[in-house]
Amino acid sequence: MSTRYRKERAWYALFTLPLLIIFTTVVIIPFLIGIGYSFVSWDGIPANPKVFVGFDNYVALFKDERFLSSAWHTIEFTVLSLLLVNVLGLVFSLLVTQKLRGSNVARTMFFMPNLIGGLILGYIWQFVFTDAFKTVGERTGLDAVFFNWLIHPQSALYATVIVFAWQMAGYTMIIYIAGLQSIPDELNEAAKVDGAGRWHRLTKIVFPLLMPSFTICLFLTLSNAFKMFDVNLSLTKGGPNNATELFAMNIYNEIFGYGHYGLGQAKAIVFFLLVAAVTLTQVIITKRREVQL
Amino acid sequence: MKTSGRTVGSVLLVLLALVFLSPIYLMLVNSFKDRAELYRNALALPESFSFQYYSKAAEKMGFLTAFGNSLYVTVVSVVIVVVLASMTAWMLVRTDDRLSRFLFLLFVSTMLIPFQTIMMPLMQVMDWIRTHLHLPMLNTHEGLIYMNVGFHASMAVFLFHGFIKSVPVALEEAATLDGCSKFGVFWRIVFPMLKTITITVAILDVISLWNDYLLPSLTLSDKGLRTIPLSTFYFFGEFTIQWNLAMAGLTLTIVPVVIFYLFSQKYIIKGIAAGAVK
Repeated sequence: MSTRYRKERAWYALFTLPLLIIFTTVVIIPFLIGIGYSFVSWDGIPANPKVFVGFDNYVALFKDERFLSSAWHTIEFTVLSLLLVNVLGLVFSLLVTQKLRGSNVARTMFFMPNLIGGLILGYIWQFVFTDAFKTVGERTGLDAVFFNWLIHPQSALYATVIVFAWQMAGYTMIIYIAGLQSIPDELNEAAKVDGAGRWHRLTKIVFPLLMPSFTICLFLTLSNAFKMFDVNLSLTKGGPNNATELFAMNIYNEIFGYGHYGLGQAKAIVFFLLVAAVTLTQVIITKRREVQL
Repeated sequence: MKTSGRTVGSVLLVLLALVFLSPIYLMLVNSFKDRAELYRNALALPESFSFQYYSKAAEKMGFLTAFGNSLYVTVVSVVIVVVLASMTAWMLVRTDDRLSRFLFLLFVSTMLIPFQTIMMPLMQVMDWIRTHLHLPMLNTHEGLIYMNVGFHASMAVFLFHGFIKSVPVALEEAATLDGCSKFGVFWRIVFPMLKTITITVAILDVISLWNDYLLPSLTLSDKGLRTIPLSTFYFFGEFTIQWNLAMAGLTLTIVPVVIFYLFSQKYIIKGIAAGAVK
């Protein structure tokens, strides 16, 4: 019995240890020592001392105006993205499930940007928002709408939202389609017989039954928007004048740009706490609103 | 009336999709224009098709090398993730004790940690391993692959775990009675049944690894090791204003993605839907 038990344990170790070792050295240990780094002052040069400063970094980051304004931009960006991504994704999913000819082609096209990396998307759109927009503005006279969006702080932030939505809308569309297809046809038919209009069926039947899809899509958009870095880097580099510098980029710049390893890591820990709190709260709230069929 | 309404609907839908992809159109048409033509009208079709900017961009980006590097890093990382995560998840499901439950919880709870929270200490840990254990963790593809596997472990274990729970255990018990080792049971009986979830994991990981910029930018410093996102970044650092060349370069980076998409579209869409459900 005990040799059998030992044999079982040996197999257990053989199957799980390789991944556990990699996972521990790449995720767990860095996360734990990262907490430690947030209490020191250090410039990242191995020969220089790491000086323990207690909670100084945490106090400093709440007085760091650039960090606070990047926090505000991140919230603004996330809220706008949440709306735009999910409205687009939902509309696309409703359109391509109308059994129209061309639905499959349209679905393929709506999803495509999601496969292209954020860095590359940002560069493509940099051209769109600068040169292409200028040309459109000059040709049509609509230069109130079509101007170089990337040189004004507010429009540059909106531009970032648009690129992010362009990337994520197709992804949420796929999830909404799966949700729509799981709603039985009879339910819609029955409501139709009872005289419910299109809008009524949508808001009273489809949307409530789509709550699980909303939960997933909101979670994915929320956490991706919060952590967004690549598009930020290639589209605006945080400019103009740091007006579009989001959380992730602020942390990156603090650590690798200015060499404030301790302060930057304290920001990174605060960032983690925020991401965890926001996404968990959101999942709990929307989970509660899901209805069982 | 009804049919013509549907035809109009179809046309509008496809038009909407075309408008949606208009940035791709702008990228394509401007990759063929010379500078003067581009500034005359960025929206028009090119007057002539010449691929000179493509060959120039490919050369400046070191496109072929970058493509090879991306392919190597992505494929090897995904294979290792699939092999190790499926083995781990299977053990965790089939050995239902406190240790297994703890390990599963550990994997799942770390999924909330943003990359930016661990990137700096991770570099310190890898540097420590390099200097003390003399393993080439930094500035090598293999080191990058190692870190990729670590970062994609949680999600893969989570997805395999959920799937394996629904696989009946009877077949495995029969094979064990026939004298099959755990290794044999897993590879000959269990793994073939995991095909759908394996495709999901592989596709989700391929997309995110192929496009990853931040981790490779922190670990790879040699020019010859750059992956596609890295070489694109440096390419833009050097030629900001030459948009025709830039557009040709961007088109080059997208072509492999589009080809991959058209060939495996069915799996990608199924995989995304399945991966998101839980």
